[in-house]
Amino acid sequence: MNSSAGIAPTGETVVIEKPVLGAIIDRLWRDGYTVVGPTLAESAIVIDQVRAIDDLPIGWTDEQEAGMYRLRRREDRAYFGYAVGPHSWKQYLFPPKTTLYSIEFHADAMTVKPNVDPVPSYAFLGVRSCDLHAIEIQDRVFLHGPYVDRHYQARREKALIIAVHCAVAASTCFCASMGTGPRSVRGFDLALTELEGEFLVEIATPRGAAICDGIPSRAATGYELGAAARIVDKTRDSMKRSLNTNGLPDLLYQNLEHPRWDQVAERCLSCTNCTMVCPTCFCHALEDVPALDGASSEKIRQWDSCFNPDHAHMAGGNNRPDIRSRYRQWLTHKLASWVDQYGVSGCVGCGRCVTWCPVGIDITEEAAAIRGDQQ
Amino acid sequence: MNVPRPRLGVFKFASCDGCQLSILDCEDEILAVADRVEIAYFLEATRRPLEGGFDVSLVEGSISSPEQIDQIKDVRERSKFIVAIGACANGGGIQGLRNFISIEESIAAVYANPSYVKTLEKSRPIADFITVDLELQGCPINKYQLLNVIAQMLVGAKPRVPDHAVCLDCKRRNIVCVVVSQGKACMGPVTSTGCEALCPAHDRGCFACYGPSHQPNTAALASRFESIGVPSDQIRRFFHAFYSTSQEFVAEGLRHV
Ligand code: SF4
Ligand code: SF4
Ligand code: SF4
Ligand code: SF4
Ligand code: SF4
Repeated sequence: MNSSAGIAPTGETVVIEKPVLGAIIDRLWRDGYTVVGPTLAESAIVIDQVRAIDDLPIGWTDEQEAGMYRLRRREDRAYFGYAVGPHSWKQYLFPPKTTLYSIEFHADAMTVKPNVDPVPSYAFLGVRSCDLHAIEIQDRVFLHGPYVDRHYQARREKALIIAVHCAVAASTCFCASMGTGPRSVRGFDLALTELEGEFLVEIATPRGAAICDGIPSRAATGYELGAAARIVDKTRDSMKRSLNTNGLPDLLYQNLEHPRWDQVAERCLSCTNCTMVCPTCFCHALEDVPALDGASSEKIRQWDSCFNPDHAHMAGGNNRPDIRSRYRQWLTHKLASWVDQYGVSGCVGCGRCVTWCPVGIDITEEAAAIRGDQQ
Repeated sequence: MNVPRPRLGVFKFASCDGCQLSILDCEDEILAVADRVEIAYFLEATRRPLEGGFDVSLVEGSISSPEQIDQIKDVRERSKFIVAIGACANGGGIQGLRNFISIEESIAAVYANPSYVKTLEKSRPIADFITVDLELQGCPINKYQLLNVIAQMLVGAKPRVPDHAVCLDCKRRNIVCVVVSQGKACMGPVTSTGCEALCPAHDRGCFACYGPSHQPNTAALASRFESIGVPSDQIRRFFHAFYSTSQEFVAEGLRHV
């Protein structure tokens, strides 16, 4: 892939003045979208509703390391001058808690009522390349297998995606080595590159074009296209972490009894944070919640994790009875058996599991340790 | 459905009544079960005398004095199913702090006239004296967890009380981790769920009032606390505050003096 090539694979590329993004946000709300994107919470940049341009964390950035995240002020007023935070779009497409259906009990029968609550039309603002790949992966999980998940499908089909090419990478990012970034190549309706006073806007779909219709813009110059490409190239070059995926599935399968698993198990809390923040993890638990009056019951789906001991509990006992087996399940699923299942790695290199592990366990370091001892 | 209403009893031992208040706090929801459950004994709420047997007994408090041993045995004999509720009943509770010092020392520190005090050496959980059928953790218990257990029992299901780490619920609520984003100490990774991550939701670390989660890796968390500068005696207190009967917590605390 030639990273400095022209910007839009299809469609037009235009330039808008930065504040005009506010007009796009207004238009989205008027058109019935719920706009969600990066916004400042007390101690992190999270994903929440963005009603106006001032809701974006303008002039803020983040400092990230394994087990550490801190908000910092930038010297400029960049709109998107930070990397991914603790939340991902998974919260909106595959929410942490969903009622799948309810059952009403009658004297001699029962009726099952599927949950048909209206689903919002989301406009995702500021989606990074790693997360576009993560959404594509969850599409494979929830939409492209033998069973289609209606709840995911309803949200996914309506969602409009505005990507942003990364202008900064966190120290925990390693998308370049996973082939998943930092340049967004597909899976968006619009993609933005933040220049000094303007945004370069790639219009990739008719839906994206409809949103830009009537918005003041001009055609991009060759110079601007080049400058935009260089921003992303610089981000790629600045990336500190990497993961060597060469022959990785086999390497892991051949090392299921490697002593490294014992060492990491001593440090791992089995707290589930890595799987919760991971934008591709899809595990969930189902639960029946009867009403107190005994007249009905709800089937609830909640995020679950292979680090929850209960997750591997089945008739006959727990097949992952210790932290060692749970950590090994996570790493080998992400980097090996995921490839068997879905044809791609389960890791898009977003670095969230590294940053948000309370004890700073680093998936790239663990995989490298197993490779290092092997060679 | 014309089934006899199960008889429910609520009993109190050494405790602050906080868990019973959680039950009283269920008043709106309790109305929904009023015709399905008979509240046959609950001194905090009614004045009905102690009579007969109970289908389900909720037991609050730890066993802290000699006569309580006989009382809890009597409750066991009267009850088909016992749910021990709260940190006191299941982990010794705050008053279990005295388990770490001599009984003379703690009596002298608390009472002006110690000669009237009749007490056991240690504050001990209900399960040390009788068989407990189900434990609900917390200081105090979470009323929704209690109501869910009651609802499950009423439909004849085996009540499910998860004991995974608080972190899982913290993330289900999209809360930003206070350890990672602020360097605060949080016991969530080794503490049992039940509260729905109440403290992190209010931007503070968990202090483990629901006791240990399943297989807590206390050593790994304690060493993380050390690296973010939590003083040793504070680490000890984190592990000793509520569940002085948890071997994992007690042993970890004793490593930090
Ligand atoms: S495994 Fe870690 S780095 Fe990879 S996609 Fe998941 S959270 Fe991101
Ligand atoms: S890594 Fe664990 S939580 Fe994530 S999808 Fe695989 S089994 Fe599920
Ligand atoms: S690797 Fe880190 S985040 Fe994941 S379960 Fe272990 S301690 Fe928690
Ligand atoms: S704030 Fe506490 S409970 Fe929440 S994820 Fe962090 S360590 Fe776990
Ligand atoms: S977060 Fe911890 S201390 Fe706070 S209520 Fe829950 S278990 Fe108790």
